[in-house]
Amino acid sequence: MVQSLDYLKETPSQTAGPYVHIGLAPGAAGFDIYRQELGHDIAGPNASGTRINISGTVTDGFGAPVKDVLIEVWQANAQGIYAGDGAVEEGFRGWGRVVPDFETGLFSFDTVKPGIVMGREGRAMAPHLNLWLIARGINIGLNTRMYFPDEVEANAVDPVLGLIEQPIRRETLIATADDAGCRFDIRLQGDRETVFLDV
Amino acid sequence: MSKPELFQRDREWHPRALTPDYKTSVSRSPNYPLLSLQSSDSEITGPTFGHGDIDPIDNDLLRNYAKTGDPIGERIIVHGRVLDENGRPVRNTLVEVWHANAGGRYRHKKDTYLAPIDPNFGGCGRTLTDDEGYYIFRTVKPGAYPWRNWVNNWRPAHIHFSVFGTAFAQRLITQMYFEGDPLIPHCPILKAIPDARAIERLIAPLDLNATVPLDSIAYKFDIVLRGQRSTFFENRPEGN
Repeated sequence: MVQSLDYLKETPSQTAGPYVHIGLAPGAAGFDIYRQELGHDIAGPNASGTRINISGTVTDGFGAPVKDVLIEVWQANAQGIYAGDGAVEEGFRGWGRVVPDFETGLFSFDTVKPGIVMGREGRAMAPHLNLWLIARGINIGLNTRMYFPDEVEANAVDPVLGLIEQPIRRETLIATADDAGCRFDIRLQGDRETVFLDV
Repeated sequence: MSKPELFQRDREWHPRALTPDYKTSVSRSPNYPLLSLQSSDSEITGPTFGHGDIDPIDNDLLRNYAKTGDPIGERIIVHGRVLDENGRPVRNTLVEVWHANAGGRYRHKKDTYLAPIDPNFGGCGRTLTDDEGYYIFRTVKPGAYPWRNWVNNWRPAHIHFSVFGTAFAQRLITQMYFEGDPLIPHCPILKAIPDARAIERLIAPLDLNATVPLDSIAYKFDIVLRGQRSTFFENRPEGN
């Protein structure tokens, strides 16, 4: 016999269900309860850098919009610094919650474009947003990233995009430019399925 | 700068994305395997919250939406600790909960179950863990409710939990169930978890030591987030 390893096991995940908004965005569920809901302002009023709007839809295997999804965003500031990991602008949290329109499934949020973040072994990661998707029918939250269409050179050497074997699949993580900023559609399954990450 | 990596998430312990008996998962589960990443700053950093973000009443679901009196239902305390896989307390982390009222009805514009809304019950709460990783909520015990999966599916009484930790890759949402609920073995959402020991981890035991005599019954629910390795990675080029 050997000694037993005394690590604890992570609590297993369960779906957030259709009524996730009650807990994480009660205003979207239809009522006011807190003095302030969290996650409405990703960048805060003092953030430097380029202000952008990002919109899109999350679709299922049939191409139908997932209207009850909730997306969390985690990003660095324009200098590539994450809040808590160095000096950032006052009021910059770099985190937010995004709920689409319940009728159309279209989401839209405003933030600042993040800078290049230093990755492992000194390899620069192209500017990106880290996204986490939860919804009814999603048993464990799905992680992905959104990269920017105007960062062709940085995207070409990004160590995470570079791990994706098929070039056509890399494109699922790169937004397209539109009038307001960026369009980013996330496909949970099927044709041009978004690359999801085991982080 | 050196950063701690996270323990790899045990994907065989969690529910798989595709669990056909939970029908909605069929069209919402990726077909392709996840792309596995080693930790970088993007994964091992995460948002933090402070006492300025929330109010003390936010963890008291008996009072945080009360208009004319207390909500109807069995008064309960739900409490426990948030630890990591090394057994260390996760301090000052945001814990959010939401659940149906005592009749099994959610306060949500999309819920049409015939059980009534309780005018004094919102159904959500939030708090920060203390220095020992401890949290506590006061609420009413939620009711079971029917849902459209098979014709006759009933969710066991449950409370949804959202927990942050210190790294965005520790982010976790789960559900807490109650000891002794006869619906537990019949729930396709719970049975999406392949390992019976993992299912047990979601069932909170009655905790008589924490009940408030003549007032509230208590259940204890400990939560474990991914652990941090004691090895570090470098994010600077060699020689710098």
